[in-house]
Amino acid sequence: MSEMQHHILSVLVENRAGVLARVSSLFARRGFNIFSLAVAPAEEERFSRITIVVDIESSPLEQITKQLFKLVDVVKISELDPRSSVERELMMATVRAEPGQRGQVLELVQIFEGKILGVAEDQVTVSLDGHPDKLDDFEELLRGYGIVELQRTGRVALPKLDRDRARLRAVRGKVS
Amino acid sequence: MKLTGAQALIKSLEQEGVEVMFGLPGGCILPAYDPLLESSIRHILVRHEQGAGHMAEGYAHVTGRPGVAMVTSGPAATNLVTPLCDAYMDSIPMVAITGQVPTSAIGTDAFQECDTVGITRSVTKHNELVMSAQDLPRIIREAFHIATTGRPGPVLVDVPKDVLQNTMEWYWPDSVDLPGYKPTTKGHPRQIREAAKMILASERPILYCGGGILKARAADALRELAELTQIHVVTTLMARGAFPDSHPLCLGMPGMHGNATAVTSMQKADLLVALGARFDDRITGKVSAFAPEAKIIHVDIDPAEQGKVRRPDVPIVGDCRLVIEELVREIRNLLDAGTTQADTSAWRSRISGWREQFPLAYEQSEPGDALKPQFCLERLRDSAPEDTILVSGVGQHQMWSSQYWRFEKPYSWVNSGGLGTMGFSVPAAIGAKVGRPESTVWAIDGDGCFQMTAQELVTASVERIPVKVAILNNSYLGMVRQWQEMFYDERYSEVYLSQDVPDYVKWAEAMGCIGMRVDSPEEVQPAIDKANAIDDRPVVIDFRVDAREKVFPMVPAGFANDDLVLPPSQMERKERLR
Repeated sequence: MSEMQHHILSVLVENRAGVLARVSSLFARRGFNIFSLAVAPAEEERFSRITIVVDIESSPLEQITKQLFKLVDVVKISELDPRSSVERELMMATVRAEPGQRGQVLELVQIFEGKILGVAEDQVTVSLDGHPDKLDDFEELLRGYGIVELQRTGRVALPKLDRDRARLRAVRGKVS
Repeated sequence: MKLTGAQALIKSLEQEGVEVMFGLPGGCILPAYDPLLESSIRHILVRHEQGAGHMAEGYAHVTGRPGVAMVTSGPAATNLVTPLCDAYMDSIPMVAITGQVPTSAIGTDAFQECDTVGITRSVTKHNELVMSAQDLPRIIREAFHIATTGRPGPVLVDVPKDVLQNTMEWYWPDSVDLPGYKPTTKGHPRQIREAAKMILASERPILYCGGGILKARAADALRELAELTQIHVVTTLMARGAFPDSHPLCLGMPGMHGNATAVTSMQKADLLVALGARFDDRITGKVSAFAPEAKIIHVDIDPAEQGKVRRPDVPIVGDCRLVIEELVREIRNLLDAGTTQADTSAWRSRISGWREQFPLAYEQSEPGDALKPQFCLERLRDSAPEDTILVSGVGQHQMWSSQYWRFEKPYSWVNSGGLGTMGFSVPAAIGAKVGRPESTVWAIDGDGCFQMTAQELVTASVERIPVKVAILNNSYLGMVRQWQEMFYDERYSEVYLSQDVPDYVKWAEAMGCIGMRVDSPEEVQPAIDKANAIDDRPVVIDFRVDAREKVFPMVPAGFANDDLVLPPSQMERKERLR
């Protein structure tokens, strides 16, 4: 069995109704759960970029990638290697912060270079953007105070720009 | 020029060269049926929307042109799901137009509303909901482009009623702009060179040909390749006719009910050249035991087929015809440059030994016993006028048809391979006859299949489409019965239909056809001759055949191809199949 791990797919699609459903149903049909998914318009208005994170073995992923390519609305797919790509994610959380504990929460936010978005008598809403691992750590520490609500965006990623150019396993050229 | 959406739709279909369409009107598609009255397009009014879909498929099968079906929203669209899936599985070019509730009503559970694009997403190559009349010509143009290029398939266009009623400024796009759709047709030269070397070096090669040969119109190229290299050819269920059965290099159909030589030659090969074939489970049997010593060259226009089932040693993505032509050129170059082809004579004599010892076989019935279905097929085959097109449903009769017919020309065989849709044959035969009216069209059907879609014979009678139907009637769901006999200790569960009802002769006559019933071997030939002489209306012959007859050879599901079950008369010499 090949190893199961996070795979990041960056999928450039035409910005049209129904595209997301087409893409996600390919995973659903085979019973694979999408770990996170972020989608927004890309550099050209006509296209959107979808970043999909899936936990999947390599061989079914290859088949899914090829099937994704067959969608008429899919223009390009790259599998991003986490070691050679930049990843970011945004998290917002409302945390319990009784007046006695508020200082500790604020300190934590400072350490992580997060932001305070709102304060109530016994709660604060904070935000943090950064590498998903950093968000994991922050979330873990906030848990001790009591998380009321939490929302993460799912990661977005692009290939890293250095001389040792990202190993972009892009499958170029289009298929039927 | 201002047109309504409906006028633009019909005009767009005319621009695409559509001559005939199959359909049934209803509420939401109503506006589109009005301009049809002035159109050059012939519309064939079906009796059930599933029939429209299969007719479009049959038409596409034999003409290579996309079949067109047009139906209304809701239940009509859902009735089209089976043919769409069938066309998707067998890569049949088809364009379906469905009506939809007005844009303002979408999502309100309006009368006859369903989420057609959602429901058909996974059974179409592409689908599109049209939200503005202005988009119609572009979307129709794209639909035909997508349906007919690359790996062909069905495309559905869902058109809300108000989009049909609104006006638009007519235009016809010069080209399509689909940045995400660029099929690769030309094979990679380095891979082709690699494949050519491998073919010349192989001592036990087989050309494993699938439906892609027919889709790519590559039959001539295939023949050139086979004759140049003297390599034997197997033609899968979807490729029957792609290579003439009478050709000395033709081994016929491999797979679950393939003949012993075709199955075994693939099993023992050291090289399989897969051409437009997809290593379907009905071909490979148990995948881990399939052709264990074979290297694989896989030519397919769909990159997703490469490595889906069996990892190829040389994958070549491209159009079968273009790639085979390049392969032939490359092999010629290598031969001219002094490369010699490996000695395949031992292999060829092994193959001819198998062919001699393991022909297709069945026991002829004793006088007074029930008719054998294979005998009926042989008589039908030998009496068939030239250029006859054979169409079949799904089950035992389908396998016997593929086994016992002699296919000499491409596009002479129409069946439902991938999806295995019972009820396919009557409507598909009608579509085939509409596409090639000069050819005789024989539909071979089972009694179970026939009862699913027989009402389309009313369509055939009314529209004067003289198809011929041979029902191999064993009063059973025969293939299921065979499995229950062989694998469920003869515990027959819900497979017996009835010997008395329906009365197929009366039923045929009620539908405006000529009906005949045949019980004994002596009656077979006269009935066939009579049917072949009729060309003004459909004919149905009810052949009452032996229910105990089974399809052999057979590789039981999940077993290795080495474990194939031969006809009882050949079982004792099975070990010679090595």
